[in-house]
Amino acid sequence: MAEEVTGSSPPAKSNGRRRGDGVFRSMTTGSSLVIVVSIGLIGLFLLIQAVPSLNANNINFFTSPEWATGEVGNLRFGIRDLLVVTVLSSLLALAIAMPLAMGIALFLTHYLQPKLARPFAYVIDLLAAVPSIVFGLWGAKVLGPALEPVATFLNENLAWVPLFSDGNVSLSGGGNIFTAGIVLSIMILPIITAVSREVFRQTPVMQIEGALALGATRWEMIRTTVLPFGRSGYIAGSMLGLGRALGETVAVLIILRSATSSSTFSFFDGGYTFASKIASAAPEFSEPLSTGAYIAAGLVLFVFTFAVNALARYVAGRGKAKAS
Amino acid sequence: MAKRFDIKDLNIYYGKFHAVNSVNLAVPPRNVTAFIGPSGCGKSTVLRSLNRMHEVIPGARVEGKVLLDGEDIYASNVDPVEVRRTIGMVFQRPNPFPTMSIRDNVVAGLRLAGVKNKKHLDEVAERSLRGANLWNEVKDRLDRPGGGLSGGQQQRLCIARAIAVQPDVLLMDEPCSALDPISTLAIEDLITELKKEYTIVIVTHNMQQAARVSDQTAFFNLLGVGQPGQLIEVDDTEKIFSNPGQKATEDYISGRFG
Repeated sequence: MAEEVTGSSPPAKSNGRRRGDGVFRSMTTGSSLVIVVSIGLIGLFLLIQAVPSLNANNINFFTSPEWATGEVGNLRFGIRDLLVVTVLSSLLALAIAMPLAMGIALFLTHYLQPKLARPFAYVIDLLAAVPSIVFGLWGAKVLGPALEPVATFLNENLAWVPLFSDGNVSLSGGGNIFTAGIVLSIMILPIITAVSREVFRQTPVMQIEGALALGATRWEMIRTTVLPFGRSGYIAGSMLGLGRALGETVAVLIILRSATSSSTFSFFDGGYTFASKIASAAPEFSEPLSTGAYIAAGLVLFVFTFAVNALARYVAGRGKAKAS
Repeated sequence: MAKRFDIKDLNIYYGKFHAVNSVNLAVPPRNVTAFIGPSGCGKSTVLRSLNRMHEVIPGARVEGKVLLDGEDIYASNVDPVEVRRTIGMVFQRPNPFPTMSIRDNVVAGLRLAGVKNKKHLDEVAERSLRGANLWNEVKDRLDRPGGGLSGGQQQRLCIARAIAVQPDVLLMDEPCSALDPISTLAIEDLITELKKEYTIVIVTHNMQQAARVSDQTAFFNLLGVGQPGQLIEVDDTEKIFSNPGQKATEDYISGRFG
């Protein structure tokens, strides 16, 4: 009886609530659609603009180091060097930032007392607020020259490692991938640290106590519980950082010297990344076919970043499935 | 193996908060001691102070002595990590390491202690799983993750993990509170078997359980809100449940409060 009464009287009210639900649902669906549609449209825009130039290209787009787009009648552009510089600088950044970020995140979550951890974390986050032009100026004017002796030492003693062999620009001033990679590593440190910190913090207390009760030291506890638990998040955070390093423009543009010869696959190369190449030519985007060459480079960067993100999601998802 | 505890004038604090007041208690070897009492009375806190696990919480500290076969586990030269290696603990909710296989879970404590011999580890894994009455259920899937077992199986896996290092004492903090009655019965049977070899201290909210598995029962209570928890009385389980010495104990076990 009681159920019937409550069941028949409030439909008007519940209708009102459903209208609210409907509005909210279309709002959220709409916002999500905007994102998906814009990404699709960006991809489409890049493709449409790039195809005519790619068709007019007289050399192999993927394997040629040459970039000459001045003569519309004789377009010669290839992305090999852009890809090499982009990948080398980003990987160097990742190789430096990943262990550092893990150390900082573990220190903040499992060593430092919470009272001090908060301001410390705030300082790290502040790094993300420094404009990239400032990082670029600092890298070109301060860090590059300061790193010159280090680069010279590595070049002289480790030249048998291809990555440390002679590059295509002079070592003086430090306008090479080595400097750019280190600056990039500082720029991506906050994002990797922030993501890792959050996942490391969420390690279930039950598991931490389980390890400690077995007689694990702090580090052993971290190794048996925190790291396996946070692994996927840490990797996902690192991939976000990698995405940022791949796309970083102005800092790299300021730091790297332009090279006259093609890349030697060394950290001491100069040249351009995808993003800095496009930015450097931005004032001259008047001729559609020449511009299309740069847009084609942008398309490659777009697809490349997309692939990196997809890979990160796959790795993160696999880690989660294994943990549950 | 199977050592005795003598707890003398144990006071436990969390920062300025006085959590437990002056506990005196003897835990004989090869014997099950149950801690009962209402929520917040400090029984889990006392249990966690017996292997120095309460120190994990910042600000926690202890005054008094906890003697394990005469040696104070709070002496200044004692490393809490070493204490925890010799005093096993089973928690309220099963907490196997989810990324580790069943076998690796069981021998995790030995690995931490530096044992590397695979044959020896396999033997210990089998012996411990048999000891925890889990061997027959998992012997075909030792390489599968421990997280795939049922709750009761996971808790027995945690018991196997705790006894793999052959601890001096086994502490259990409400080990059945997250389990169904059948799994609870399996754990209770296991406790009765384990006490032949181990000294066991168990915290439980279930008074029937205390009556079924323990030889000695300690009743803890709060004198009032904001007051520290107290040990009201400790005696043979039979005596506590039939003819307790204190009115508060009688009220609690007959369900008049708490």
